[in-house]
Amino acid sequence: MKARAEKLAQRILLVIALSAISSLILIALFIFKEGTPIMVKMGLRRFLFSSEWEPQAGLFGIYPMIVASLWVTLGAMLIGAPLGIAGAIFLNEFVPKTVLRIVKPAIELLAGIPSVVYGFIGVMVLAPLIRNHLGGPGLSILAAAVILGVMILPTVISISTDAIGAVPNSYREGALALGATRWQAVHMVILKAARSGIIASIILAMGRAIGETMAVIMVAGNTVKLPHSVLNSARTLTATIAFEMASATGRHREALFAIGVVLFVIIMLLNSFATVILRGRTTRA
Amino acid sequence: MSLNAKIRFVQLSLFYGAFAALKRVSMTMAERHITALIGPSGCGKSTLLRTLNRMNDLISGVRITGQVLVDGKNIYGPGTDVTELRKRIGMVFQRPNPFPLSVRDNVAFGLRVAGLTSRSDVAPIIERSLRAAWLWDQVKDRLEQPALDLPLDQQQRLCIARLLAVEPDIILMDEPCSALDPIATGKVEELMLELKKQYTIVIVTHNMQQAARISDVTGYMLLGDMIECGETAVLFTNPQDRRTQDYLSGRYG
Ligand SMILES: Nc1ncnc2c1ncn2[C@@H]1O[C@H](COP(=O)(O)OP(=O)(O)O)[C@@H](O)[C@H]1O
Ligand SMILES: [Mg+2]
Repeated sequence: MKARAEKLAQRILLVIALSAISSLILIALFIFKEGTPIMVKMGLRRFLFSSEWEPQAGLFGIYPMIVASLWVTLGAMLIGAPLGIAGAIFLNEFVPKTVLRIVKPAIELLAGIPSVVYGFIGVMVLAPLIRNHLGGPGLSILAAAVILGVMILPTVISISTDAIGAVPNSYREGALALGATRWQAVHMVILKAARSGIIASIILAMGRAIGETMAVIMVAGNTVKLPHSVLNSARTLTATIAFEMASATGRHREALFAIGVVLFVIIMLLNSFATVILRGRTTRA
Repeated sequence: MSLNAKIRFVQLSLFYGAFAALKRVSMTMAERHITALIGPSGCGKSTLLRTLNRMNDLISGVRITGQVLVDGKNIYGPGTDVTELRKRIGMVFQRPNPFPLSVRDNVAFGLRVAGLTSRSDVAPIIERSLRAAWLWDQVKDRLEQPALDLPLDQQQRLCIARLLAVEPDIILMDEPCSALDPIATGKVEELMLELKKQYTIVIVTHNMQQAARISDVTGYMLLGDMIECGETAVLFTNPQDRRTQDYLSGRYG
C-alpha cells in the first residue's frame, strides 16, 4: 500500500517535472524558430553589427541596441556592485548584529518596489539633475545605469550578506588573533572565503540588469542611434521589443524575436561563464 | 619559584553582562614555561586565556576589572595597541582554523599583515616557520595547495607555523588537541615541549593527563575562581584544596 502510494507520488512528480522542463524547452525552441530565419536571411553579421534600424524600410541592424544594453548593464554593475558589496561588508563586519537584523529585511523590501516606480523617480528627479549639471537630454544611458545600479542593490547586498555571514567565525578570530585589523581580516580572508557567493550575487544582479525593461524604457530616452557618450539617450534590446511588439508584423516581428534570441544567448553565456568561475573557485578554495 | 614572571594576573575579574566569568583571579606565569589551565567545562579557562590577547574585546557587553601584566605592563591600560599586542601574543584555537588560502599564504598571513610582502623576504621565514612546526617535510612540495586539504593534525601544526612566522613571545593554546587523535596529539605535545625553549606557552586543556605530561605549572579553576595553582608535579600529587583533590580524583564532572 505504502509502496504503491510512493510510486504514484513519484510518477506525479515526474510528470510535473517533465512538463515544467518541456515548457521551458518549448519556449526556447519557439523563440529560436521565430527569430533565426531573419538572421540567416540577412546574415548574422549584418543583423548584429549594422547600425540602421528602420523597420519600414526593411533595415534591421541592432548594433546600437546591443551597445546600449551593454553600456547600461556595465554602468549599473559599476555602480551597484561596489556599493552593494561595501554595504554587505559594513553590515556584517562593522556594526552590531542587531543593525543587520533590522536593515537587511528593509533592504530586501526594496526589491519588491515595482520597476515602474524606480523609473518614475528616475524621470522626475535623476534626469533633470543630469540635464542641468552634466548636459545632454537627461534621459540617458547614465540615468538608466544609475537607476539600474540602485535596483540591483537589494540582490547584491542580500546574497553577499548571506555569503559573508556564512564565513566561519573562526577565520575572523584567526586573522584578528594574528594582529590583523578588522579591515585586513575582511579583505585578506573573509572576502576570499565568501567570494563564490559574492560573485553569484553579481551575476544574478547582472541578469536582472540586462533583463530589466520598464525602468529602462522610462529613463534611457529611447533613441535608436549608436551612443557616443553616457549622456546620450539610447534604446536597449529589451526596450525595443517592448516598444515595437504591438505594431510589428512580418519581418519586423521576426526581427524582434531575433532580438529575443540575442538576449537569450547573452544571458546563457553570462551564466555559463559564472558557473565556470564558481566551479574553478570553489574547488580551489 | 624565583623565575622571570612573564605574565601576571592581578585581581582580574571579567563580566559577560552581569555574569561574572572570572572572579578576582591572581596568578603568575613564568617565561619559557608551559602553564596549563584545567578545570571543568564552563569554569572560565578560555575566558582567562582570551584576556591575554584581548579577544574578549570582540564580544559586546564584556567588562573587566583588575590587571593583566605582560612584561610588567598592564595590557588593559591606556595606550595599548591591541593589534601589536596580538602580534606578540599568538593563539592556537580548539579547532584548527587555517584560512581558505594556500599553505604558503597561511604562513605568510601574519607577515603581510605586518607589511612584509616581498617574496624573497617572506620565503625563508615561511620555510623556517614550517620547519619549527615540524611540517616542512610534509608540505614543502604542496605550498600552493589549499591548506584545508591537509589532514587535521597538519592543519593544526600549520596554525602553529602561522604564529611562529610573526615571532610572538607568548603562545596561547585553547584545547589545541581536542580535535586530534592520540598519535597526532602526541606529536603536538612533543612540539610544545620543543617550543617552550623559546616561547612562553599557556595551554587550556580538559585533559588532566596532558597537563601532567607537558606543563610546568598548573592552575585549577572552578566557576570563575582560581582555586589553586602551583608546580604541576606538586599540584597533581599533593593538592592543597579539597576541591582540587575532588577534581583530580575524578569526583567532579
Ligand atoms: N560570549 C559569552 N557571553 C556570555 N557568556 C559567556 C560567553 N563566553 C563564555 N561565557 C560563559 O562564561 C563561562 C566560562 O566560559 P569559558 O571561558 O568558555 O569556559 P571553559 O573554557 O572553561 O569551558 C561559561 O559559563 C560560559 O557560559
Ligand atoms: Mg573553553
